[in-house]
Amino acid sequence: MNVLNSLAQASYRLLAAMRQPGRGTSWLVGILLVVTLAMSAANLLLPADSPFYVSTYTITLMGKYLCFAMLAMAVDIVWGYCGILSLGHGAFFALGGYGMGMYLMRQIGDRGVYGNPNLPDFMVFLNWQELPWYWFGMDQFWFAIFMALLVPGTLAFVFGWLAFRSRVTGVYFSIMTQALTYALMLAFFRNEMGFGGNNGLTDFKDILGFDLQADATRVALLLVTTFLVVVTFLVSRTIVQSRLGRVIVAVRDAEARTRFLGYRTEHYKVWLFVYSALIAAVAGMLYVPQVGIINPGEFSPLNSIEVVVWVAVGGRGTLYGAIVGALLVNYAKTRFTALMPDAWLFALGALFVIVTVYLPRGLAGLFGRVIELVHRRPGRGKEQTTRDDGLSVAEVGA
Amino acid sequence: MNALLHKLWSVAIVLLLLPTGSPLAQSESAGTSAGSVLQQLTEASLKRTGELIGQLEQTGGAEMRPLFEVMLAGELYFIKESKQIIAITKTERRTYIGRDVFGEATLGEFTSREIKKIRVNNRLRSQLRETLARIDLLHGSKSAQKQAVLAMLDDLNEQNMRLLTAAQQGGVDGEVARLIDLAAAMVQLRDSRVSEERLEAIGVMSGQLEPAVRNQLQRLVDDAQEQDLAVRAAAQKALDKISERIEFFGQLEQLFFGLSLGSVLLLAAIGLAITFGVMGVINMAHGEMIMLGAYTTYVIQQLFPGAIAYSLLIAVPAAFLVSGSVGVLIERGVIRHLQGRPLETLLATFGISLILQQAVRSIFSPLNMQVVTPNWMSGSLVINPVFSVTYNRLYILLFALAIFAALVVVLKKSSLGLNVRAVSQNRDMAKAMGVRTEMVDAMTFGLGSGIAGVAGVALSQLTNVGPNLGQSYIIDSFMVVVFGGVGNLLGTLVGGFSLGVANKFLEPSMGAVLANIIVLVGLILFIQKRPKGLFPQRGRAAE
Repeated sequence: MNVLNSLAQASYRLLAAMRQPGRGTSWLVGILLVVTLAMSAANLLLPADSPFYVSTYTITLMGKYLCFAMLAMAVDIVWGYCGILSLGHGAFFALGGYGMGMYLMRQIGDRGVYGNPNLPDFMVFLNWQELPWYWFGMDQFWFAIFMALLVPGTLAFVFGWLAFRSRVTGVYFSIMTQALTYALMLAFFRNEMGFGGNNGLTDFKDILGFDLQADATRVALLLVTTFLVVVTFLVSRTIVQSRLGRVIVAVRDAEARTRFLGYRTEHYKVWLFVYSALIAAVAGMLYVPQVGIINPGEFSPLNSIEVVVWVAVGGRGTLYGAIVGALLVNYAKTRFTALMPDAWLFALGALFVIVTVYLPRGLAGLFGRVIELVHRRPGRGKEQTTRDDGLSVAEVGA
Repeated sequence: MNALLHKLWSVAIVLLLLPTGSPLAQSESAGTSAGSVLQQLTEASLKRTGELIGQLEQTGGAEMRPLFEVMLAGELYFIKESKQIIAITKTERRTYIGRDVFGEATLGEFTSREIKKIRVNNRLRSQLRETLARIDLLHGSKSAQKQAVLAMLDDLNEQNMRLLTAAQQGGVDGEVARLIDLAAAMVQLRDSRVSEERLEAIGVMSGQLEPAVRNQLQRLVDDAQEQDLAVRAAAQKALDKISERIEFFGQLEQLFFGLSLGSVLLLAAIGLAITFGVMGVINMAHGEMIMLGAYTTYVIQQLFPGAIAYSLLIAVPAAFLVSGSVGVLIERGVIRHLQGRPLETLLATFGISLILQQAVRSIFSPLNMQVVTPNWMSGSLVINPVFSVTYNRLYILLFALAIFAALVVVLKKSSLGLNVRAVSQNRDMAKAMGVRTEMVDAMTFGLGSGIAGVAGVALSQLTNVGPNLGQSYIIDSFMVVVFGGVGNLLGTLVGGFSLGVANKFLEPSMGAVLANIIVLVGLILFIQKRPKGLFPQRGRAAE
């Protein structure tokens, strides 16, 4: 009994440490760094027949998951902390992806099927004579990155400013974001847009002079992604734990009251929305070179709403929940679609229903409840004011 | 004439019975003129075939109509051995199915070696068309007569004119008489050298929409050798008037297409106007309720293949029940637990929509299903040569309005409607007054979903019935409801039609996709200006 008790105590301390804002969630950073570094080393240093060898496919898959984790964090920041449910974050992700795709497209040069040094293949195919104006400068890496941040950022700013200024909130905002990404999808499907229409941008050769097919490049991309996920995580955590973050949570829980206290809530919302859109765009930029294609399907409303379910599964209102949720659901998706392709949508749909009805705070909430149980037993329980949706008012955990 | 047909039949039967004795059969049938002419078709040159068609028309008249039609379609063959003339339908699998030219009887399959086609060329085809037109004009029904005159307008030779005059003296009325007058005017304009007569003819032709009239006037205006300037000016004026009318009807057609799209949007959105507008529940599975309705139509048609004409009438209540009960299940099972949490409701119902889509994919197939259009819904109402209205769109427009009216009556007059409105205005107070709010919620949701199912029946006639049917309507429906103003049925009506018309009027200049995008962006901007839609609900309910 004694052993059991001390074990319970130890696990409680561990769980509590994880939930401590500020210090605890650094475990996630540690795990991420260790795992990706180990995977990279196993891929590059070990021979292919070694039992510990990690295939390049797995490396790329991991990179893809981490991009999704970043996107999930972007959604979580606005939804979990500010109560703005965006069903159109896929649009920012895809716009960032298209920015990177345009750069990679220009890097192909005359190695395309038609061998035209100036025009990408699809433009030659459409009989275009010269590059459209918005493609200029995209062969410069820094400019492409700049544009891939500027365009989604501006879109988010204009959209958010218009919406929040006229106090469009709740489901109205959600449906409008969905309409936004839907409209962009329709637009990008058009060949006349100059983004490759239905097929999108693909057939990339190299990035910054490194061959995209090479193992080392793949590993480097994974490490860059991990690094940026960690940076995003730390920056976002700093934001949500600052004074600014407390105002944001106040906006989520009682917007009218916050406004009456003298805060310009729409300003907080707009800038948070722009910040979130920028994270999504960076995720898209990292996603494209690893996956090797970007097409208008990325704009589809279903993609955006799937991101929301990752966050919901992991636990909204906690940044680590978003990351864990994205990794878990996507891993499940990869396994499921390989084993039983038909069952995936059933599973995903059921996940939506179960999580919203029974697990409003996701896996992170489940953790929290376990802790509370352990917590109460030693008799140190404190009452928390909980809202009807199960999110505690005071909670600003990261 | 029946006697002749009878003889033809007997010839055919004899030929069938005596596959080897063809010389005998031929000599026997030589007695009847039509029969022998028919036999000659099998050996005739193209030129001779033309003469034979003339003879057949002389002797057979209206009885020969099926033969000419089959010949025009290039389906007239004869069996090499017996020289029997048959009609052949080629199937996709390159087999040849024979049928009797003058009747319904099928004669079984043939191989390409057993039969030979009776060749027709373009000259023969035009001769056949004229012949058919003549037969129709003299013997056909009124619409056939009209078609015949229209066909003759393109080729006003003397023979045709004689025929038209004969028909006019034989007594025709209304539309056919007008067309014959028009034909006379066209001939007058062409043949006469007297200026007044030609001007008079142009006066008759002015503003008439038949393509032949326009072509003739255009030729006259373009003709450099035309000396009569007054005639040319008059022709130009007449042409302008025609273009003006065509443009007017073009606009009218746009408007109709817009209204038709609007009726589709209205149908899709009207159920949502109840669940979202009145109850305040976001139902992302609404599109799938529409889809279930469309699949119900499909299933009903599969169950009663003999009653396609009535299938839609059966499908309407059936779809209401199917979608309605699924709706009640969703409300009881999921939405009830999420009251007051709109964002979670949105996500949960989205999950349900995924499950329903996949269920349909697994049960039926991922492919689109074939829903048959009953005869009474196909075809179109031709108002004039440049403006016609397809029946299915027309009926769906009327159907949407009828559903709308029925719904308004239910909400305004029935006790359920009273309860629904009470609960939507003040849930707690309604409860305190003894309204069973849970029951009302389930019923309202069932009503909204059921109407979505009914919409699915109508949409199955316009679009593909597949697992993605609902997806394509969900965003549009939300837009309509939000545009019209939540909680306001009239707003949904106006919103649906104005979005539909706006879309269709933008389409010609922008292309369909861009028009769609512009409408969406316009809506987003509109909601910025008026967040509560066109017709905001007035009341004290603040956020």
